[in-house]
Amino acid sequence: MNLLEFRNVRAAYDRIDVLFGIDLEVPAGSVVALLGPNGAGKTTTLRVAAGLHPVLSGDVLVAGRRVNGTAPEELARRGICLIPEGRGIFPNLSVRENLRMMTYAGVTLSAVEAEAYERFPRLKERRRQLAGTMSGGEQQMLAMARGLATSPALLLLDELSMGLAPIIVEELYSIVAQVAREGVSILVVEQFASTVLGVADLAAVLVHGRIARVGTPAELQDDLSKAYLGG
Amino acid sequence: MDKFLTFTIVGLSLAAIYAVIASGLVLTFTTTGIFNFAHGAAGMLAAFTYWQLRFEWGWPVPVCLVLILGVMAPLFGVLLEVVVMRGLRGTTDTVKLVVSISLLLFMIGLAQLIWPPGVSRPMSKFFQTSTPINLGPTTITWHQAITIMVAIVAAIGLRLVLTRFRFGIAMRAAVDDPSLSALNGARPNRISMLAWALGTALAALGGILIAPNVTLDAPSLSLLIVSAYAAAIFGRLRSLPLTFLGAIVLGLTEGYLTGYLPQNQYLPGLRIASPALLLFLVLLVLPNPRLRGRMTRSREFFPMPSIRGTLVFGGVVIVGGVVLATTLSTPDQLTYGRLFPIGIIALSLVPLVGFAGQISLCQLSFAGIGGLVMAHLGHGGDPVALIWAVLISAAVGALIALPALRLSGIYLALGTAAFATILDRWIFTLPKFSVFGWFNVDLFTQGSINVDPLTAFGKTFNSAASQIVIGAIFFALVAFLVVMIRRGRLGRRLIAMKDSEAACATLGMNLFGTKLLVFSISAGIAGLGGALYAMQLTSIQSGNFDLVNSLQVFALSVVGGIGAVGGALFAGISLYVVLPVIGVLFPTVVRWVGLLPGATGIGLGRDPNGAVSQMRDGFAPLAGSPSSLLVMTLTLAALYGIRLIDAIDNWTFVGGLVIVPLVASVIATVSAASKERMLAQLEDAPDRTPMEWIGIDRPWTTEDLATLDLALGTSELELHGPA
Repeated sequence: MNLLEFRNVRAAYDRIDVLFGIDLEVPAGSVVALLGPNGAGKTTTLRVAAGLHPVLSGDVLVAGRRVNGTAPEELARRGICLIPEGRGIFPNLSVRENLRMMTYAGVTLSAVEAEAYERFPRLKERRRQLAGTMSGGEQQMLAMARGLATSPALLLLDELSMGLAPIIVEELYSIVAQVAREGVSILVVEQFASTVLGVADLAAVLVHGRIARVGTPAELQDDLSKAYLGG
Repeated sequence: MDKFLTFTIVGLSLAAIYAVIASGLVLTFTTTGIFNFAHGAAGMLAAFTYWQLRFEWGWPVPVCLVLILGVMAPLFGVLLEVVVMRGLRGTTDTVKLVVSISLLLFMIGLAQLIWPPGVSRPMSKFFQTSTPINLGPTTITWHQAITIMVAIVAAIGLRLVLTRFRFGIAMRAAVDDPSLSALNGARPNRISMLAWALGTALAALGGILIAPNVTLDAPSLSLLIVSAYAAAIFGRLRSLPLTFLGAIVLGLTEGYLTGYLPQNQYLPGLRIASPALLLFLVLLVLPNPRLRGRMTRSREFFPMPSIRGTLVFGGVVIVGGVVLATTLSTPDQLTYGRLFPIGIIALSLVPLVGFAGQISLCQLSFAGIGGLVMAHLGHGGDPVALIWAVLISAAVGALIALPALRLSGIYLALGTAAFATILDRWIFTLPKFSVFGWFNVDLFTQGSINVDPLTAFGKTFNSAASQIVIGAIFFALVAFLVVMIRRGRLGRRLIAMKDSEAACATLGMNLFGTKLLVFSISAGIAGLGGALYAMQLTSIQSGNFDLVNSLQVFALSVVGGIGAVGGALFAGISLYVVLPVIGVLFPTVVRWVGLLPGATGIGLGRDPNGAVSQMRDGFAPLAGSPSSLLVMTLTLAALYGIRLIDAIDNWTFVGGLVIVPLVASVIATVSAASKERMLAQLEDAPDRTPMEWIGIDRPWTTEDLATLDLALGTSELELHGPA
């Protein structure tokens, strides 16, 4: 069963088409990597899935139910969690207040905190600190903690590695792998493919708003250079 | 010591009111990013409503307070958020500001409609008849004590709400990132509504507390509360503790000025203007905001004006002036003729606000300086005084710009509003004074000053008709100058600066010099408009150039389209043609006319490009149809001829002026559409997408690529990338 499914989805910014009818499936419990060069439409795909961007035509299905036009807050309550590009935290709120924002999804603050601090103990030390004053890696941890604290069914990760040191990226992706083992479906967008292919079950290459190829990471290795370099 | 304590208590009770009002303002600003200029007006409406319920109808105090603060004010806040503020997402600071200024004007109009001005409406203070509380060397009234207590409770309550309650945290989260907030499952619209409900209730509370201390008058109460804005700025519109500290500084300053200011004829205005003066000073000492690195994304786009179009526009304006001068009676000429000088003052906003993105709310103050120069130096109608009016206004503009230049956005708007208030309340009210014994300055002698009509080429233009034509000619010339600025190097620099100051700075552009120049040019144009306006009025007083009038001109210019010269004409026509005409045509609704300037501005969020851009789009087919244009011009000329021989009256003539262009436009549209269809049939090409839109409106086809290859001679090249 597919937890998330795109059927011939088109999306645009005003008159400029960005997604030209893409088909994409995220099977339950799997990690799907969405790869592609700058401007391919990867972030738009995630925004469409999270309800932040309207669909021009086609269908977006979550657990088999059509969710076109559903408000992002409603999708969040149904267990879809997007961690947007560039951290996805509230910089002027403390760590604890950031976590408290997750209680809108129907969980208690104590549960959110327990989950977050267990996975990322460093956040507990910094719970009174303003999130915007933490390091990039810690901010990304907070973003992930916030996302995972409600035990989402589907996690949408956008450019997790952006602006982070390789060692921190490695650490974060080990957590992604652990989360996937716990049964959470994940659609992850990355420009830098090598790290994400290590944890993905399936990968899709998006070029110029079209899915150019779908397959296992091993099958796709060769196609990637063509997609990025136009070869 | 007793006196000191007495005035400390006076100051603290004022501070308490300012703190309550300012905290509401900070709350709405931090949660929605909109600086609500109408915040004070909401307090004013609450004060009037309280007076109505409590003193006119005799309802018990608790019922009145619960009804106003617990029901009416929050509901009003929610209504504002849903109907007006929500539509402002994706608009610039200017548009947001204009909408809230329009709201302020609308609320003042509404209050004056319900509670006509000129009627005494006394309000007693809370527990006025009770014995004041004895504090040893001095006493404190119950009203003062309650006010201070209310402020303390509000401060603690707000602190708790914003840090302990989930909806308070969500309010702060919405400021950081509303989309992310929604992704968490919070409902940003609901959070925003709550913030507006709470903010408006605080404004109402402040209004009710301050009203017994002042005269219940809509404009002055709305702007008196503006003083509280200085406190909000003290907290940089974000920090509530600093806002409360700012309110204390402001209140105590006013209190001590009341008690200790020497009694002479020059200083009473200083006390009244002190909040504005403090606001100006606070703005100047605020840390300089960093240059914005990101490009400002907005829904506003103003096309480059063409020289031909501007010449046609100028010609139409001058012909319009001649038509007005030859068809109207003298009283009507006096009323409607003001549209051109006011239009010129509005034109001064186009390079400053429209091109450079620098908000100024004090253009009428510059106009007032121009008017004063004309009055003092233009004896006998000396035309050289017009040049002096431009130069001196430009110099004052530069002088004001020097400190104000380090501000931007809403801070600049407030700085210029403070400058206008200082001029209104203090400088313009000063009696004759000497500057270091070098020369005497006498601004508005006895409250008003006469202005001689212009004399040039041996002729004195003292008739209302000749002044209209002169106004129209000057308007056309200044409009042409503004367009030439836009088309030239300076215009490109201004637009670039508006889009991204950081990018301009990294390119080596002198931002300071550019801002100073555009401020001076703008103030000079406003000064010219002020001089012409003064000549039309024949006698001017400071009230002609006050902040409320300035806000009206600013708001209507933006409604017309602040980036186009047509927007300035729209402002002039709206204020001095449309409003008086509505009053004459529909005398029964004349009292409602005061609501119109505000009401038009409130709708601006829907299309921030302004009314003129919509009109231009509507009449575009006419420009492409020379035959329709010719027929329309001839018909209008014939109508004018018939009017000149008195065969028709003015109302029929005006009706014709409106109907003929509309009919011509409809005919041109229909004919253009049918021509398009014929062409499509002839070429048997149902799809006539222009080449530049292929790939955007629809995907490229093999035929399109072949056509492109043929045109570019690239048929031997191969396109790479996936199909």
